Amino acid sequence: MWQSFIGELARTMDEILRSFARFLPRLLEMLLLVVVGWIIAYVLRMVVRSVLRIARFDKLSEHTGAAQLLRRSALPPPAEMLSRFVFWVAWLGFILVGISVLPLPWLDPHISNFFGFLPRLVAAFFILFFGLLAASFFSRAALLSGVNADLPSPRLISQTLRTMMILFVISMAFEEIGIGSRTVLIAFGLAFGALMLGLALAFGLGGKELARKYLEKRFARDQYPEEPSKEREDELSPL
Amino acid sequence: MPEESILSDDFVRELINVGDVDIVVGVPTYNDARTVGQVVQAVRAGLLKHFPRERSVIINADGGSRDGTQDLVRAASISDLSVASDLHALRTLHSISTQYEGGPANGIAMHSILAATDLLQARACAIVSPESTTLEAGWIERLLRPLLRDGKDMVLPIYRRAKFDGLLIRNLVYPMAKTLYGCSVREPYPADFAFSGELGSQFLSQDIWNQEQGCRGTELWMTLWAAIGKRKLAQSFLGTKSRREDAPSDLVGAMRETAGTLFNSLGTYASVWHSTPEPVEAPCIGCEAAVDEEPSRLNRKRLHDMFTFGVKELDPVFLSILSSPTHDELKRLAALPEDKFFYSGELWARTVYEFATAFHKAVIGRDHIVQALVPLFRGRAYTFLTENRESSTNEMERNTELLCQAFEQEKPRLVELWDGGK
Repeated sequence: MWQSFIGELARTMDEILRSFARFLPRLLEMLLLVVVGWIIAYVLRMVVRSVLRIARFDKLSEHTGAAQLLRRSALPPPAEMLSRFVFWVAWLGFILVGISVLPLPWLDPHISNFFGFLPRLVAAFFILFFGLLAASFFSRAALLSGVNADLPSPRLISQTLRTMMILFVISMAFEEIGIGSRTVLIAFGLAFGALMLGLALAFGLGGKELARKYLEKRFARDQYPEEPSKEREDELSPL
Repeated sequence: MPEESILSDDFVRELINVGDVDIVVGVPTYNDARTVGQVVQAVRAGLLKHFPRERSVIINADGGSRDGTQDLVRAASISDLSVASDLHALRTLHSISTQYEGGPANGIAMHSILAATDLLQARACAIVSPESTTLEAGWIERLLRPLLRDGKDMVLPIYRRAKFDGLLIRNLVYPMAKTLYGCSVREPYPADFAFSGELGSQFLSQDIWNQEQGCRGTELWMTLWAAIGKRKLAQSFLGTKSRREDAPSDLVGAMRETAGTLFNSLGTYASVWHSTPEPVEAPCIGCEAAVDEEPSRLNRKRLHDMFTFGVKELDPVFLSILSSPTHDELKRLAALPEDKFFYSGELWARTVYEFATAFHKAVIGRDHIVQALVPLFRGRAYTFLTENRESSTNEMERNTELLCQAFEQEKPRLVELWDGGK
């Protein structure tokens, strides 16, 4: 009996050793992939950082308002953020490839999911970046036009436009990566609808007289001749 | 050939029917029905009276008018000259009207006229504005004679204008062009001017017609190009230029045409203005007092209010464009009451130079930079109006020259900023 016990133990030990011997090269393979992945990710990070510096990405981000957003959240500058993002995505990719080498079949679907998700993540990032750029451009254009046309509260108009565009862009980005897409879309729809309703009410009630006068002037000029101004002023003659 | 792309087949056919000419008079138009007939009549009278022996053609380049401008040009061209019965043509005076594509843009109209001038091998070309309602027959002679008789390359106008007309020219274009390029012509952005056929061909061969300068502010670009290229310039006193009572005052558009073109030119001619340019010679023919001292009805308070409002509202934009000291100084200025407000020439010159550098470095969209200058110009215009309210013509000229000196003093700052300083 003792001999049989020793024999079983030896067989088990042998099996463990065989399994370990089968597993060890894969583990080493994985570790190698992780290390090589780290090196490649690090080089990629350096390359991305240099390219972004040459392309003056931080300045561009400053214009989009992304840099200010990150500063306020005590995060590093956008170029650094993006290069770190590239580093982590690349390294995580290598780690997952390494893990897939191991005989762990239950992990395989998650790994393939991750790789399927990656392009959408990158697309969401681009939507966010260019969306912020567009929001900044159009809000500045609205601000300048408002000031030069002597409109009241141009900064409010510009900020509203910017906020709406940012909300729109965020909802698009979230939809792209599939996180709470419906919630974000509904939230955006509600916010936009509320704003439009508010504006409609404000203009409808507050600008009733103005709208009436405008329409009368525009379409019934003969019946409502223009009132002569008390004293005519010269316009500025620039040229 | 560049003209192939700009001239339509029908237009070329009409030009070929005309054949070679000596003189082209170009009239760029867009919805100018109110004034264009009168202007074309005066041009015809000028050509018949002063150049009866020369082969001439009037070319109207229209940007797609919907008020019958082109019909009026054609009608004015064939109508009898009631103004003077003693005018007889020794040669046929042709008139052609064409509609260019991509308009309305003065630059495209100019391009069409230049291409036509080149094709017709004209010796001289005059451009007249359809808004020059005070244009007389003599203007055509004063613009073209120095080219045909004295061998000048370009003739720029001098007008007698209302005291506070052309404020942007006086406060920005003239001082900057004089300081940086030595170009001290009084109307560097002319409405009515003339150039030789040879210079016209050279303008045409430049690579600007698909760029910003080839679309707006083209006349200013032409003046600067001729001045920097040391062409033989002359200035000719034409007479009174009155402004239409209902003329729109598109300050943003004017700023794009002038400051935009000037700022653009700084990049092209950096080597010219980095050194001290020699003054460009542009003798004045028949010059008289150029300012009409009638009282102004400009609302100065509104200018001040719009400056203050602009500085307050555009603070985040100015932060990207201006240096901290200049920005702080402007904010201090905006806080002053109207009676203590004074936007000095030095501060204005510094502001303009910082805007020019920001434009060059494209710190934000270039068009936004130019637009952001508008409220600040209103502040400077306020000071200029206040300063010269009681001034005589000579005093006003002196003040303008003082402003030029301020631009000169601040020039090292521009060089420093341009070359990378902060």
